[in-house]
Amino acid sequence: MKYIFKSLWVLSIMALISCGGKEEKKESDELQLGNYSKKEEPAKPATSTSSESMIDMDNKGIGPIKNVELNPEIDQAMAQKGEALFNSKCLACHKPTKKFIGPAPKGVLDRRSPEWVMNMMLNPEEMVMKDPIAKQLLVEHNGSPMANQNLTEEEARQILEYFRTIE
Amino acid sequence: MKKSVLFILSLFMAASFFSCNNSENSKNGDRGALASSAAEKVYVAPGEHDEFYAFISGGFSGQLSVYGLPSGRLLKVIPVFSQDAEKAWGYNEETKPMLNTSHGFVPWDDAHHPDISQTNGKLDGRWVFINGNNTPRIAKVDLTTFETTEIIEVPNSAGNHSSSFVTENTEYVVAGTRFSVPVPQRDMPIKDYKGNFKGSLTFISVDPEEGHMDIKFQLMMPGFDYDLAHPGRGKSHGWFFFSTYNTEEANTLMEVNASQNDKDFIAAVNWKKIEEYVNNGGGKKMPANYAHNVYDEDTHTATSTMKKEVLVVDPLEVPGAVFLLPTPKSPHGCDVDPTGEYIVGNGKLSADLTVHSYTKMIEAIENKSFDGEAYGIPILKFEDVLAGTVKQAGLGPLHTEFDGEGNAYTSFFISSEVVKWNVESREVIDRKPCYYSVGHVMIPGGNSADPFGKYVLAMNKITKDRYLPTGPEVTHSAQLYDITGEKMELLLDFPTIGEPHYAAGIPADIIKPNSKKIFKLDENKHEHATLNNGDARVERDGNEVHVYMTMIRSHFTPDNIEGIKVGDKVYFHVTNHEQDYDVPHGISMIGANTSELLIMPGQTETFVWEPKQPGVWPFYCTDFCSALHQEMQGYVRVSPANSNIDLSWSLGED
Repeated sequence: MKYIFKSLWVLSIMALISCGGKEEKKESDELQLGNYSKKEEPAKPATSTSSESMIDMDNKGIGPIKNVELNPEIDQAMAQKGEALFNSKCLACHKPTKKFIGPAPKGVLDRRSPEWVMNMMLNPEEMVMKDPIAKQLLVEHNGSPMANQNLTEEEARQILEYFRTIE
Repeated sequence: MKKSVLFILSLFMAASFFSCNNSENSKNGDRGALASSAAEKVYVAPGEHDEFYAFISGGFSGQLSVYGLPSGRLLKVIPVFSQDAEKAWGYNEETKPMLNTSHGFVPWDDAHHPDISQTNGKLDGRWVFINGNNTPRIAKVDLTTFETTEIIEVPNSAGNHSSSFVTENTEYVVAGTRFSVPVPQRDMPIKDYKGNFKGSLTFISVDPEEGHMDIKFQLMMPGFDYDLAHPGRGKSHGWFFFSTYNTEEANTLMEVNASQNDKDFIAAVNWKKIEEYVNNGGGKKMPANYAHNVYDEDTHTATSTMKKEVLVVDPLEVPGAVFLLPTPKSPHGCDVDPTGEYIVGNGKLSADLTVHSYTKMIEAIENKSFDGEAYGIPILKFEDVLAGTVKQAGLGPLHTEFDGEGNAYTSFFISSEVVKWNVESREVIDRKPCYYSVGHVMIPGGNSADPFGKYVLAMNKITKDRYLPTGPEVTHSAQLYDITGEKMELLLDFPTIGEPHYAAGIPADIIKPNSKKIFKLDENKHEHATLNNGDARVERDGNEVHVYMTMIRSHFTPDNIEGIKVGDKVYFHVTNHEQDYDVPHGISMIGANTSELLIMPGQTETFVWEPKQPGVWPFYCTDFCSALHQEMQGYVRVSPANSNIDLSWSLGED
């Protein structure tokens, strides 16, 4: 008997909780919101760093390309293939020698490592989220996204070779 | 004591249940205490995928909708027979030919019965076929792109209802005429129907590689109404079964005059035998005029060809190929169980279900157990082909699907329910109401040799009070039942597009890996594609102007165009240079008398604009594409017809 009453009591508590649960949750949500704004740290002063001062040849970027050996001699056949690919898949946003929607590839290998350049072609979404230089470039180009053109590694390497020929 | 305490306890529980459920709409009549578990069974968490695709006919919308099951989420509406401004289907220059027919451009149809292609009697997930009922057509939808890639018109047909069902290896997709008509069409008195009109059963061959459709032959049957059909499978592979009504051959007041005969027929057609006859030169070529429209994925362009001949076969010329199985009271559904042994005919004016036996049919044919003939076609003795009946199962039986566990599920329109029964014993196991007036039911793979018997989907004709009212016109609906237990359990109601006649379901895993993400720019063979951005240009040819334009986040090349004149016909050939998943762009021009274009990555589409007033007129991207989408816009300067302004175009300073 006692046992039945006990369980009745437990049940009624449960029912209470399940009924009131919704509102309590709401309250705690609000509390959390409050806490969150209190916890927020004061915004850091905007850095004035521009991508021009961010030359880091050791930065290989983020993506599938870990190491690229550039032959001192330019492979012209490869560069030609790269140019054709560039004209079909990149030219809408990049002009070879001047800034357009995105930066010009001219001289890019003086500013960036070859691995960085290829990773930017092959893995742009992650690069603009995480890589410090790519993040800065995104800001300087009005947030215009670097499109992922689904190149193969071989195609990206051909385009890289083409970049070496741009004067 | 104990009893009364329990009573109090249950009262208390009931009270707490109601006090919690304080929403005003708390009529739980059909949900019951299992509501929470039903919710769990259909809940697909955000970011997770459904277990099945369901391709649900859009009925009088003319389209094919794609839903996820068990969630009932609408994933896509594939335009098939009707123009769709959202996707420029039938509006852009590339897809207009898809809607061409012998009657000219027909921008609408009544889509009925989707059927997924099969290999060895199992769903292979390559294509889904669907019929246009009004202006007889069969369409093929490619399940890598979820786009309609082929439509063939069916000549000598009217009310293409007994369609579009495939054979065990997709050798054929069949199209049976619901309305018999004069063949060839001619001017004659309607009252002379009887004995003069013909009913065509069309066998359209499907190329095993590319899926191209071609009419192999048309069987010219007596002038009955051919209602539905399904293929033999397994042991009965090589046969096709068609239900008939109006064997009275009435031509007016059909609801009375076509319901006089105690029995109509299921026509059994040995298509293998007829195929052999045709391959040996049998049949007669007959002049015809019908459209064959093919969309080419490489050119992103459709072409329409008018065909001028069709091969017709007289059933009397191929002895042993066609027999009639008497079936009570205007049979509607004509469904074959997964083993291929049983053919279920649902006499829609009867309360019983008729189950024929394939084995007995073959025996009856061998024994020449005939009960007369109709226009020379032997009628088999009813008792000699009958396996048995499901007695008094409900009112107004329509369609039957199978779960692969020996059970059948039949819809009853008048009594508005799904009835589960055992195929061998023909005993009723369970019944569940539908809300309201169910037409077809669908089990994924339920009309193949290998069904996936987890759910049955009921598609209802009447919705009434099931949802928030939306004026006189309310949505049709589908209802999902769990059929894994002995008893069916109603899980979910969801609204549908148009009228959901039939549907075809398939495990997502069969299709998902093949779903295309982009079209490769390198493979774009469109006649007017601009594959190198440097080739973007504007060309004039008399008063025709062709704009070769590219698009990528977030600009058009070119975005400034001058030298267009009033009276010009301007073709915008626009190529999307994106090569990433889910980055389509749209384009639309102020005042263009057509729809927008919605162009997938790597694709080219064309719209026509005929400017009527001088001025500077903007165009813009219609599909939000990036943070700079609002900047994706351009201008065309339109000058008076007699002006001398040269064509010029630019992007940026150049």
